[in-house]
Amino acid sequence: MTALVETLELSKYFDIGRKQRVHAVDNISLTIAEKEIVGLVGESGSGKSTFGKTVIGLHAKTSGEVKFRGEILPQAYRPADFQRLASKMQMIFQDPYSSLNPRMTIGEIIAEGLRLHSTLKGTQVKSRVEEWLVRVGLHAGHMSRYPHEFSGGQRQRIGIARALILEPEFVVCDEPISALDVSVQAQVINLLSELKETLGLTLLFIAHDLSMVRYVSDRMAVMYLGSLVEVGKADEVYFDPKHPYTEILIGSNPEPDPELERSRPSTAIQGEIPSPVNVPAGCRFANRCPKVMDVCRVETPQLIPLQDAERQVACHLY
Amino acid sequence: MTTAATDLQHTHSLLEVEDLAVEFSTYGGIVQAVRGVSFAVERGKTMAIVGESGCGKSVTVQAMMGLIPMPPGRITSGSARLNGVEILGRNIINGKDIRGSQIGMIFQDPMTSLNPTMTIGDQIAEPLQVHRGYSHKRAFAEAIELLSITKIPEAAKRARQYPFEFSGGMLQRAMIAMAIACKPSILIADEPTTALDVTIQAQILDLLQDLQKETGMAIILITHDLGVVARMADDVAVMYAGKVVEHGGVDDIFYRSAHPYTLGLKLAMPTNDPSKQHKLNPIQGSPPDLFAPPIGCGYCPRCPYSMKICDVKDPDILPVEEMHESRCWLQHPQAITVPDELYCGEKA
Repeated sequence: MTALVETLELSKYFDIGRKQRVHAVDNISLTIAEKEIVGLVGESGSGKSTFGKTVIGLHAKTSGEVKFRGEILPQAYRPADFQRLASKMQMIFQDPYSSLNPRMTIGEIIAEGLRLHSTLKGTQVKSRVEEWLVRVGLHAGHMSRYPHEFSGGQRQRIGIARALILEPEFVVCDEPISALDVSVQAQVINLLSELKETLGLTLLFIAHDLSMVRYVSDRMAVMYLGSLVEVGKADEVYFDPKHPYTEILIGSNPEPDPELERSRPSTAIQGEIPSPVNVPAGCRFANRCPKVMDVCRVETPQLIPLQDAERQVACHLY
Repeated sequence: MTTAATDLQHTHSLLEVEDLAVEFSTYGGIVQAVRGVSFAVERGKTMAIVGESGCGKSVTVQAMMGLIPMPPGRITSGSARLNGVEILGRNIINGKDIRGSQIGMIFQDPMTSLNPTMTIGDQIAEPLQVHRGYSHKRAFAEAIELLSITKIPEAAKRARQYPFEFSGGMLQRAMIAMAIACKPSILIADEPTTALDVTIQAQILDLLQDLQKETGMAIILITHDLGVVARMADDVAVMYAGKVVEHGGVDDIFYRSAHPYTLGLKLAMPTNDPSKQHKLNPIQGSPPDLFAPPIGCGYCPRCPYSMKICDVKDPDILPVEEMHESRCWLQHPQAITVPDELYCGEKA
């Protein structure tokens, strides 16, 4: 497996005045292989979206680097960098209601990328847009309509067509299904996996629905307060979590199975995710961790491989 | 189930809703949001109402609580009886407001449901002053007590803070404290954890279960998350296009699904049981437009088992087995071919 996207000690901080810094993404090293789906999970405020946006250059990096096919990408993108990389890396956004311009028609929205980044002529652009509308399960006749005429699931399909029409190699899906109903979620997930197969896409799939992430992903990465706490094969992480935080996160996820739920002890964790402003030394999970030790409050655990290199955990227990 | 048995069971229910229908006048025409909903809630039990956005689950409980703005809303038929007393359309019974004193309610978004200009303590004290006639001082002391019951640390200090100083999970606890202040016999929770992370969701669900054990209150839990249903519910009503399509015990709904929609929802979700691995089967299409509700079954255009009759005539809710009903023609005693995956009781 060759690495398509690699982040090396990638950090993104936001200065919020008076020497206050939000450590949104802190020192994350993650490799995403070609044609792989990596699921990224964590609570809100853990930095999942910021990580995704920093990887594709929507945020300038504070430190560390991102490599794409071995090439080190610029620290902050200039217009020319966006121009060059937009056809390789794309993003699908969470909220299909606010991520489409209400004053543009569907045709204009989907065609915009092609107009900016390809040399196709007007009629060719139009036929490509028509082709993609059909491909994502809409009709060519929808081109002249506006976003408000579509349901949430249909809008998410429009968002997918917009991101994929340039045939990128790497796509960040930022909670693509969390705004949708269960029956529609499956439609969108099946569409994504079908397109992933035919186009040979590599995906970073950000979500908080753990069951869906396990279903979709090859590997799963768990984030807590800006840093990675566990990485491994999706099934292994889900069924045999090593990090206490992963264990709690998965234990809190209610399963649609009443018998299982009755037999399962409650694993509700005390407290809430602390503020990522000026984080203290030591393990960030220490103050909520049921297995906390003295060392955890002093020394920051590094992400280290367990028996096989595929499974990495950042915890002093290992 | 015989009529006598039904009657007997109904006289014992805490809340009985029958044939409730609600519509709204809009610029686009009249939306029939709820089209004849019936269910019963038992004392001390949790009843979950499940369904997609727009299926009418929130409107159903808002109608019961008198929270529908009229106009544009209108309750066109139905009744809701709490302990045998009709509550639809009247908020004051025996000089007492039902809302807040007998039925408490918590909402999906605690951020927008609380008054940003009042302290948390004052907001929790308010129902006690209104319904119980407590003095402010006594009500405020009780509010602090309620905050500690809902496991908010440093309750006395927190009671003097404003909503913006609370996190989402803490606000939902404060909402629960307010809703249970007058010890209601029913707590309605409308998507109480949808805006929260799974870890905080687990805390809130645990809290609701603990409170139910202590006070014996019934809970009506509105949600679209089948995981939450499996975790919390005793009984479940599945709603689709303004109607209850299946109704039964939680195990009936999950293990003996008797309506194609319930089955469809289950197949559309990933399971985490490695032995029951399956590919996701989405329900194709989208729910019907309730401006012009279909004459036949609302689920018919999306249903893989639809028959000719489904399109022209809406089925009644038919018994599957005791305490388990489904609004589907396939449950009709004379239905000829019934798919294996659909549960049909012990009928021959």
